[in-house]
Amino acid sequence: MSEEPRFTLDGRTVPFQDGQTIMAAALAAGIYIPHLCFNPEFTPHGSCRVCLVKVNGRMQASCTTPAAAGQVVQSEIDEVREIRRGLLQMLFVEGNHVCPACEKSGACQLQAVAYYVGMLAPHYTHFYPRRPVDASHPDALIDFNRCILCELCVRASREVDGKNVFAVQGRGIKAHLVVNTPSGKLGATDFSLSDKAAQVCPTGTILSKHSGYEIPIGQRLYDRKPINVVGDVAALAVSKGGRRHD
Amino acid sequence: MIESKLKVATCSLCGCFGCHMSLLDLDERLFDLAEKVEFDRSPLTDLKELGECDIGIIEGGIANVENVHTLLEFRARCKILIAMGACAISGGIPAMRNHYELKDCLEESYTRGIGLVDAQIPNDPEIPLLLDQVHPIHEVVKIDYFLPGCPPSADTIWTFVTQLLAGQPIALPYTQIHYD
Repeated sequence: MSEEPRFTLDGRTVPFQDGQTIMAAALAAGIYIPHLCFNPEFTPHGSCRVCLVKVNGRMQASCTTPAAAGQVVQSEIDEVREIRRGLLQMLFVEGNHVCPACEKSGACQLQAVAYYVGMLAPHYTHFYPRRPVDASHPDALIDFNRCILCELCVRASREVDGKNVFAVQGRGIKAHLVVNTPSGKLGATDFSLSDKAAQVCPTGTILSKHSGYEIPIGQRLYDRKPINVVGDVAALAVSKGGRRHD
Repeated sequence: MIESKLKVATCSLCGCFGCHMSLLDLDERLFDLAEKVEFDRSPLTDLKELGECDIGIIEGGIANVENVHTLLEFRARCKILIAMGACAISGGIPAMRNHYELKDCLEESYTRGIGLVDAQIPNDPEIPLLLDQVHPIHEVVKIDYFLPGCPPSADTIWTFVTQLLAGQPIALPYTQIHYD
């Protein structure tokens, strides 16, 4: 009789089912691997690379790599942590992430993961791109300066809401999030705050209007405990300081 | 023999002095600090000239020519240079002007403002020339330590300073690291 297959993650034995990724198996075992474009409710995207781990000596994105019996996976080692920190630093300089002026600060997954990987400064030269802010929608606004191209809103709108409101246009450094209307304005779509796409942004790109800065500094989602303890903002109910509508 | 005190200089470039207010928030701990360090040029001493120092603490990014000169002088005279706060580290709030052309910023303030009489953009030679964009200080000189926060709390500053003075590696607890 065959036993349940297993691999080791930082020395811990992790069981998995056939077809599961390393990330999914780790999540099921209660082990945190930092991530941004991954959300367990959606097909893995493998684009942000923050969830990379060393699998049998080779760097792989854990959200897209299938688990296999006997794999030796390393996550919380200096080599991996340094690469993750570098990725976060590049994300911070590529956009305009002005935490002191952002409503999402304190409950922002990008910021929380940066804290988790020990980023004290962005290190690289800032791009200071000039991207627009779209406030045309009555209930929501989009600040494209904060977009990290995780495509979670694209996937949520297409797969869950059936609206296909968002898309990514352009390639390489020119890739950017767009709204699928002739005017490119969110106000011209049937986007709604109850859409799944409004609840999955790991940054402060998609925000609701008419409320803000309601939770005092010190009591926000990630103020006291790190993201590996608290969980992703998109996975938590609104009543718990998260974004998920129940 | 009296142990010589470490010399510390501080300044605010393109910042709001909030980080220096946080430094003052050390309250009674300032007495402990004064046992170990002597302040050179700093808004706290009002000394204008910078001497040879062990530690330099910079608040704010660089937005004008004078900021750059001051920063270069600090780097040349301080053995250890520290970027304190969001503006020094990433440009912060002042860097939000990078979204616009400098000319537009000046015109918005000085020629299109409401109630202006004889409106003109100030051009007195004593006013330092503005840079076209605001930049963090690590883009100009080598920085040895980064202390994030807007501002970093007094507790964060205290943890950092005590570890630095004790020659320990810097290890801030989770609650003392924040970008806002």
